[in-house]
Amino acid sequence: MSGAAQRPLSPHLQIYRPMLTMMMSIVHRITGVALYFGTLLLVIWLVAAASSPDSFAFVNGLYGSWLGILVMVGYSWALIHHALGGIRHFVWDFGHGFGPESRELLAKATIGGSIGLTVLLWIGIWLMKG
Amino acid sequence: MSTTSGSSMRTPRRTISGLGSARSGTGHFWLQRVTAAANLILVLIALPVFVYVAGQDQAGMRAVLGNPFVAIVMLLLLVSITMHMRIGMQVVIEDYVHSEGLKILSLLGNTFFSIAVGCAGVFAILKISFGG
Repeated sequence: MSGAAQRPLSPHLQIYRPMLTMMMSIVHRITGVALYFGTLLLVIWLVAAASSPDSFAFVNGLYGSWLGILVMVGYSWALIHHALGGIRHFVWDFGHGFGPESRELLAKATIGGSIGLTVLLWIGIWLMKG
Repeated sequence: MSTTSGSSMRTPRRTISGLGSARSGTGHFWLQRVTAAANLILVLIALPVFVYVAGQDQAGMRAVLGNPFVAIVMLLLLVSITMHMRIGMQVVIEDYVHSEGLKILSLLGNTFFSIAVGCAGVFAILKISFGG
């Protein structure tokens, strides 16, 4: 591939001034990778439930601990953020939201919505489970 | 690509242009959208179940997951999620891992991980549902 190697490369990430839309694109990918490993947490929980009362109590204890709940809050935020980012992609797929103002608005709605919904979710959980 | 090296002025693109498309270019794109839509619907149903079950002991958890509707939603969710995450991670690997050997190993590991996680979750739900 010598022909390809001699051509100039486009500038990489660090060249550009950070922008909200760009950050949302990066965060969409990071939350996706986090959720990839988060699925393992879900499956460990399910397999423990299928195994024995003791193993399920052990996993429940881990997930219900201070650190476990912190991970769950992060997990739920990543899930909500990635879901809203996905909805944003659906909007784009239908040909809308590409203008300077609307793409900025979509980016703000994604980050604001994900933080807001995560806070609401955990207030709900806290009220129910105390 | 021996035809592009040495004295040839042909670019890599020239050697493949005009051969026609592979007719599979949008497969990944489409499957990622299909599973994304499924994930959205299924997570909206599953999330209240997770919140309801959280903190309960194994008997309570098994009673909830033993409900056929809940079990079916969980099964669909696991299948859709693991397909979605496998494609997503494949794109990430192809973007960042450029060494050919390491890339193939990573892609293989990605496939194995996704299928193993999916199968383990499906097995657990079926075992709980069938009361084993």
